[in-house]
Amino acid sequence: MASKFININLKIWRQKNANAKGSLESYKLDKVSTDSSFLEMLDQLNDQLINEQKESIAFDHDCREGICGMCSLYINGRAHGPETGTTTCQLHMRKFNDGDTIYVEPWRSRAFPIIKDLVVDRSAFDRIQQAGGFVSVNTSGRTMDANAIPIPKADADKAFEAAACIGCGACVATCKNGSAMLFVGAKVSQYALLPQGKVEAKERVVNMVRQMDEEGFGNCTNTGACEIECPKGISLENIARMNREFLFAAAKG
Amino acid sequence: MALTGLFLCTFLVGHLAGNLQLVFSTGEEGKRAFNEYAYFMAHNPAIKLLSYVTYISILFHIVDGFMLTIQNKKARPVGYAYNKPSANSSMASRNMAVLGTLILVFLATHMANFWWKAKVSEDKFPLHVKEISFQQNNEMTGQVQKQTMKLYLTTAGNYVPVDGFIVKNKTELYEAQLNAQKVELKMGEGYKDLHSLVFAFFGHDKTKQGFPINDMALAGLIFYVISMLVLGFHLWHGFSSAFQTLGVNHPAYTPWIKKIGYGFAILVPGLFALIPIVIFITK
Ligand code: HEM
Ligand code: SF4
Ligand code: FES
Repeated sequence: MASKFININLKIWRQKNANAKGSLESYKLDKVSTDSSFLEMLDQLNDQLINEQKESIAFDHDCREGICGMCSLYINGRAHGPETGTTTCQLHMRKFNDGDTIYVEPWRSRAFPIIKDLVVDRSAFDRIQQAGGFVSVNTSGRTMDANAIPIPKADADKAFEAAACIGCGACVATCKNGSAMLFVGAKVSQYALLPQGKVEAKERVVNMVRQMDEEGFGNCTNTGACEIECPKGISLENIARMNREFLFAAAKG
Repeated sequence: MALTGLFLCTFLVGHLAGNLQLVFSTGEEGKRAFNEYAYFMAHNPAIKLLSYVTYISILFHIVDGFMLTIQNKKARPVGYAYNKPSANSSMASRNMAVLGTLILVFLATHMANFWWKAKVSEDKFPLHVKEISFQQNNEMTGQVQKQTMKLYLTTAGNYVPVDGFIVKNKTELYEAQLNAQKVELKMGEGYKDLHSLVFAFFGHDKTKQGFPINDMALAGLIFYVISMLVLGFHLWHGFSSAFQTLGVNHPAYTPWIKKIGYGFAILVPGLFALIPIVIFITK
């Protein structure tokens, strides 16, 4: 496919630091290759800003191939942009037209405070993981091979699907309640489905849910927006599984 | 939220089944059946208990719903300049609190229209009256005359003539001024005529029977039908949502739970709305 160049207008959230008052700023960017990714387009804009002696725009990125969960951005009213099943680094400029105005905003959530411009602090997710997203294994040197434990294929597949969550936070960003239930549901599920995770299952779900609430995420009202915007297709089944685990854990005391 | 919501769904089914008698059983027998049913609902101790559970459920559902909504608003103090929620969620699912508040407004109006009048207000309430006709031989002329008479139906099952009786405490029938000593003799309890209350509320034109046109009937009808539409949207999301909240989600069953929920959200409010529509058109 022959590459094409488009000229676009951008409205991007600029904010000096966590406490500053931010605002949407307008930019014009010409000759954007439709083969470039959304992040490459932002690189191009930053080059232009640097050449103009202006401060470049801060945004998160790392792997640029959809596996690390570092990129974010609320693009034209949707988390990770207009496509489903992709991260922002996997979004290409061919999805936009010449002359388009594109809105770029940071994730908005009380639990994800803005650090600068489009960069938000997602360490709340790390603290939720630390509260229970692990299995305690003996590392004495004679650790048992995980593959030695027979696991039904269906359970292994479901656990793997849950483990595909990259912790990007799109679910929180898109949820009208700023709820982190899809992320926590995926993290609880990936262990709850496997024998290795059963040992600490009860404390895990209770501790992770408590941490989630402490971080200031909202409550799930099952709108289903997260499932649609999640780049890894994490299913609402994982939230139901977490609810189930939580109810049983609470009932057993 | 889920438990109270689902309980309220079962309440809706019971309430609907009772109310459908208003349109599906007709004539004097239908009216009597409905008034007897209403009396049973008001006096049976098990039903009374159930009604308290319903009130408590509504209260918890509302308080829980408002707290949830407030907490969730706080979780996003700064909104998006450009947001496109229609791309990923249904309108009903995003507006449960607004829909619920509208249901609450309806509930208050509905209680004022019927429950208040029947149970609380001091006004005299009309009792179930049956008109019977019988033949009487005129002893002077030897002719057979047709006569009609109005009778109260008591809860004991016997009939008491309307003339010469007074009603106290809304339903208690007394034989007025027995002898000249103003003694009142209690004759039993009558059925409240709730059937007529409903028909008078929604029936618009009874000119044929010599009654005036009810100006409020159309306004009432529209309000009730719109409210049922609102309830329908609330249940469109709420029914299946409650199962998800309780942890019931399975690839084989969830599509069916959703379908049943959509069916429930159309059928139940639809049939509720049908009742005033039928009354308005036919009476
Ligand atoms: C007959 C009346 C009602 C029925 C049958 C009903 C049913 C339901 C059901 C099944 C749910 C879903 C629960 C869940 O997802 O866990 C729900 C949610 C909700 N209801 Fe109701 N409800 C009724 C009246 C009301 C009223 C009067 C209000 C409030 C003012 C209200 C406010 C809410 C709110 C705020 C939610 C939840 C939010 C959400 O999950 O998105 N509801 N309702
Ligand atoms: S559940 Fe999906 S949207 Fe949420 S953090 Fe994980 S990958 Fe991102
Ligand atoms: S940069 Fe790693 S997922 Fe986008």
